[in-house]
Amino acid sequence: CSSSSCVFREVSEEQRCDIVASSTVNSFWMFSSCRHDDLKEMLDSNKDSLKLEAMKRIVAMIARGKNASDLFPAVVKNVACKNIEVKKLVYVYLVRYAEEQQDLALLSISTFQRGLKDPNQLIRASALRVLSSIRVTIIVPIMMLAIKEAASDMSPYVRKTAAHAIPKLYSLDPEQKDQLIEVIEKLLADKTTLVAGSVVMAFEEVCPERIDLIHKNYRKLCNLLIDVEEWGQVVIINMLTRYARTQFLNPNLNDGGSGDKTFYGSDEDEDDDEKENKEKAEAAALAKRKPYVMDPDHRLLLRNTKPLLQSRNAAVVMAVAQLYFHLAPKAEVGVIAKALVRLLRSHSEVQFVVLQNVATMTIRRRGMFEPYLKSFYIRSTDPTLIKILKGNGVLGVTIWCLLLSWQTYIKSMDKDFVAATIQAIGRCATNIGEVRDTCLNGLVQLLSNRDELVVAESVVVIKKLLQMQPEKHSDIIKHMAKLTDNIQVPMARASILWLIGEYCEHVPKIAPDVLRKMAKSFTYEEDIVKLQILNLAAKLYLTNSKQTKLLTQYVLNLAKYDQNYDIRDRARFIRQLIVPTEKSGALSKYAKKLFLALKPAPVLESPFKDRDHFQLGSLSHLLNAKAGGYQELPDWPEAAPDPSVRNVEVKESVRAVGTVTYRDTGALCALQASQKVDGAQVAPAPDASDSEQSRSSSESEESDEGSESEEEKENKNKKKVVKKAVKESERCRISLLPTITPSGTLKSYELLHRITGEGLSVEYCFGRQPFSPDANMVAVQLQFTNNSTSETKNLHMKDVKLQSGMRVKEFPEIELLPAGDTASAVMGIDFCDSTQAANLQLTSTRKFFVSIQPPVGELMRPVFLTENEFKREQGQLMGMNELTEKLILDAKYRNEHAIVQRVTTAAHLSRVPCGSDNECRFAGRTVTSGSLVLVTVATGEEGVAQLTVNCEKMVIGTMLVKDILLALTQ
Amino acid sequence: MIHSLFLINASGDIFLEKHWKSVVSRSVCDYFFEAQERATEPENVPPVIPTPHHYLISVLRHRIYFVAVIQSEVPPLFVIEFLHRVVDTFQDYFGVCTEAAIKDNVVVVYELLEEMLDNGFPLATESNILKELIKPPTILRTMVNTITGSTNVGEQLPTGQLSVVPWRRTGVKYTNNEAYFDVVEEIDAIIDKSGSTITAEIQGVIDACVKLTGMPDLTLSFMNPRLLDDVSFHPCVRFKRWEAERILSFIPPDGNFRLLSYHVSSQNLVAIPVYVKHNITFREGSSQGRFDLTLGPKQTMGKAVESVLVSSQLPRGVLNANLNPSQGAYTFDPVTKLLTWDVGKINPQKLPNLKGTMNLQAGASKPDENPTINIQFKIQQMAISGLKVNRLDMYGEKYKPFKGIKYMTKAGKFQVRT
Repeated sequence: CSSSSCVFREVSEEQRCDIVASSTVNSFWMFSSCRHDDLKEMLDSNKDSLKLEAMKRIVAMIARGKNASDLFPAVVKNVACKNIEVKKLVYVYLVRYAEEQQDLALLSISTFQRGLKDPNQLIRASALRVLSSIRVTIIVPIMMLAIKEAASDMSPYVRKTAAHAIPKLYSLDPEQKDQLIEVIEKLLADKTTLVAGSVVMAFEEVCPERIDLIHKNYRKLCNLLIDVEEWGQVVIINMLTRYARTQFLNPNLNDGGSGDKTFYGSDEDEDDDEKENKEKAEAAALAKRKPYVMDPDHRLLLRNTKPLLQSRNAAVVMAVAQLYFHLAPKAEVGVIAKALVRLLRSHSEVQFVVLQNVATMTIRRRGMFEPYLKSFYIRSTDPTLIKILKGNGVLGVTIWCLLLSWQTYIKSMDKDFVAATIQAIGRCATNIGEVRDTCLNGLVQLLSNRDELVVAESVVVIKKLLQMQPEKHSDIIKHMAKLTDNIQVPMARASILWLIGEYCEHVPKIAPDVLRKMAKSFTYEEDIVKLQILNLAAKLYLTNSKQTKLLTQYVLNLAKYDQNYDIRDRARFIRQLIVPTEKSGALSKYAKKLFLALKPAPVLESPFKDRDHFQLGSLSHLLNAKAGGYQELPDWPEAAPDPSVRNVEVKESVRAVGTVTYRDTGALCALQASQKVDGAQVAPAPDASDSEQSRSSSESEESDEGSESEEEKENKNKKKVVKKAVKESERCRISLLPTITPSGTLKSYELLHRITGEGLSVEYCFGRQPFSPDANMVAVQLQFTNNSTSETKNLHMKDVKLQSGMRVKEFPEIELLPAGDTASAVMGIDFCDSTQAANLQLTSTRKFFVSIQPPVGELMRPVFLTENEFKREQGQLMGMNELTEKLILDAKYRNEHAIVQRVTTAAHLSRVPCGSDNECRFAGRTVTSGSLVLVTVATGEEGVAQLTVNCEKMVIGTMLVKDILLALTQ
Repeated sequence: MIHSLFLINASGDIFLEKHWKSVVSRSVCDYFFEAQERATEPENVPPVIPTPHHYLISVLRHRIYFVAVIQSEVPPLFVIEFLHRVVDTFQDYFGVCTEAAIKDNVVVVYELLEEMLDNGFPLATESNILKELIKPPTILRTMVNTITGSTNVGEQLPTGQLSVVPWRRTGVKYTNNEAYFDVVEEIDAIIDKSGSTITAEIQGVIDACVKLTGMPDLTLSFMNPRLLDDVSFHPCVRFKRWEAERILSFIPPDGNFRLLSYHVSSQNLVAIPVYVKHNITFREGSSQGRFDLTLGPKQTMGKAVESVLVSSQLPRGVLNANLNPSQGAYTFDPVTKLLTWDVGKINPQKLPNLKGTMNLQAGASKPDENPTINIQFKIQQMAISGLKVNRLDMYGEKYKPFKGIKYMTKAGKFQVRT
């Protein structure tokens, strides 16, 4: 690949013009260039403002869908333009037309390749973004290389861009799949919230079947979820739903499915295979006789997604809702109803989708939306589409409300909706025996409605209802017979005729009369009505031939000469069948059985009935058809796969870069605001767990254990105090994980002993997080414990006797610290790169003089350098700025991991990648002046090692050497 | 995910297209036009339309259809929510989201769309980040730009995307530090014929305009947080503190944003601030109908009910209406049969009344349904649910900000059945 990239780089400015002139596209370009001559001229000019104007006009052309491809050569020349806006617009153009003009597009590649090496992360990212968006197959190897490099970039933003580039490359060349999966695997291990959403999206597009890649990252994803941006949350939640279905047991198995009855009453209309599955599952459950215990990881997922029901983003809420619907124990599913109902107040498109899903949910879980019935009430201003769906929702939910308000609905002027309502009433009536009579009465009342459409729709529904128990309702049939005089809608007429024919025995007097009337109007009727007249005639002939023989003959004769061949056909068939002649065969004997066979009552089904095998919230579910790329929601496994696959081994803390999460894991500022100890803020505590439920607290601790890295475990003792406090104040159900990998153990120091402080004790530690209000300050975390019996008030700090240049940012006053309580705060101190102590005065009811002395290692913050940069910088810090010390390492600590850990504990530095095995390099900058601090530990034979520190500030350098030496040899 | 976006105006012209992957021909919109034709009204076009090779997901806002083209499985709400976010962003940038505004700012629109999606997956949708990348056009800036040739594209690199609080841009500076919060509540209600409430609920939002220097960390507490049991938050709000202490703790975005929206559905908490006395009758056989409507305030805690507007869709048979308002003015559109009455302020001493006759088409039968009456109104300085902000505190910065809280109640979908 590198050779090909060289080729591109060699194309110089002059050559570009040649290529332009000789390119094959040119003939077309020459031809149409006259149209865009002015634009071309502007693009060629030296003035940025002219170029910009031209580009704006070109973009406007693209936006309108006009073809601007003939300007390609003129535009692509400006890809390296200094003006940012011109550059951006050129990118827009390039991405749009590169596919059509592949040869010319190659000219721009070198610019992006240069951009990939830029020291600024945002420029690297945007170069990768555009490069990967150019759909030209020749550059696939270049893209692959760029993605791989970006995936290990120090900046999470660039890594995010790399994740975005993966599906682009995959769609361009699916052959790269294996290599891309490697990159995805690497990025999935990333600990930052910025990357998580994008990489899961790439995973879903490239290799959704590789569920094994998720195991190790499952817990991390669950814990990061709340801080991931909204769009990423949706993708992650959907993926985790599928994952959970393959890894955990069905939490509803033990109820034996008895409560899981479908909405439409009896079990009969359940899908056969579904039933079979259930039986199988039940059998399995019986066989085991083992009480169900939810996997702690399963619980973790449910717990961590729940707060997202309060997201402002409808897609997130829906994603959580479907997760709960598919994964949660039945008793817990109820929580989603409120959130979904809230979405009904949103835009009508959102309502549309939510209602569709609600309809499916109510089929499975009947009572779920009952408390929120009123939200389904229909307003006259709702669009028809929504009304119909709401109707389905309401009627699916329960019949009771319907009886309250359906009268109003039916009066609505919106006819489509009225029709849908009546159909829904029919469905309810067929499926819920208790209300059948009420519904039928209501429908019969509707028959006298003045609106024909309402009547017609009711007739059709009544017909279906009557079929279920005709003997009881002969008066209704009589009533309907009367309607034939008025009703004009063909479907309704046909339905009435069919009913009379079918149950002519219940209305022996009326039926022949109806036939008489119909015979009169036969020629004017619609086709479906004619067919039913024929049916009625045939049935009457068979049951009551004395009265109707002539009428039937007459009708059949009329039908014989009808224009429609279907009707002629039917007439011939019926005549042969029912009128006995000598030629008629054996069939006519069975005519009565044929015509008057008992017909099974129709099953009225909700149109949402068969949708529930699709994952809720998905496009496929909405359309009730499998969309491309839809991943089936797997069935629960019968036995849970090994849960230990999700345990995470100890990891090296090589990368110290990461983002601090905000919403629940909390940022520093959060800490200042909350005077109480708030979760993992004090130290990135991994095991703040659910304290509300002591039952689950042990469980979640256990689940978190696996994802802790080694250092954190070592931290545990230190954090005991913290943890206790966490337990007290923590009310949230989220368990936390560190998203920063601390580069060493946090050591806490005593600021005020409880005896000197008269009951108040203060400890401090260096949190190693950036102090957000002022980047030049070191963040110091203070932990106050009131050991006395009385409360302490107005605890705040005053700066006295500061060294010149030192600055302090006080923590906000703690107004009240009750006896026995603990609080924490963060303050910032600018130590001016010296280890002089900052003398401070802590004031509450009394004054205490305290001092904070920073270890030299805390006066710096990590920077990320590449190996080359490191060497270059080191080369500039030779001579007096370099300090070297020989040492002998203890046998136990000769391995690289131990060295890295000890150095990063002693000083806040980050590791620099290094080619050789026996060298470890670290880099940082001092907090105030930003001077580079470079540390090298070279190991030799038998534990002999050499420590080199390069630093502009010799004092710092000397002290650092001492500290690291101590750390390594101890 | 999202392949392409087409913007279609009310007359069916595609006036903007943007592709994030390979170009999809605009002929795909023909399926949309078909569906549009089938739908009786613009809002009845189904939001999701399957076509042989693509799926079209659309939203209708400001009489513009935003049609996204999808090729494979994606949660439909994901796309719908995103499209709405696009519209909100346009509105934020141009003040209005109309065809003219989009056409005038087509370059900015294109730059925005380019930043909002990468390969069809949302990249930057936070208004604060976008504003760092692309400055919103203002009259002043447009003038300066034409003279000096400078650009709308931010010169500095946006750092907000990289920070812990991605919704807040860095380096914010104001000379006047202020934070304003508007508590706005809308009542949705259906009142039946006899005046009893069928359903009533309150949809409330707290919109904020925060202009504070640096990285302020705010906490907002309520006198009666129990009212808020059904809430959704801006991503900046910390869930945990809300659940534990019922306090909103957050680092705000810079500028205008919606902090939270809430829903009070329990009916006994919802006061109905106006009542309607109505007498609308049609008699069988007569070609005239009577119309008599009186409005009055109730449960308003002494605050005036303002900007009252009554509208009603009269039955199709009504030819015209001959009415007499005691205050304000009324109009009746004989084509759409829409009656609107601009009442203004309700004076409790002299209740506004609209009375008169309606002429029906000769020979037409009596309409089966009495019209529904929709009412709009505003009440200043009151949140009908009784929600009250207790205090706002700021941490993390030293200056004293100016704080302000405003309450307002409006009618949402307020219907009276007659």
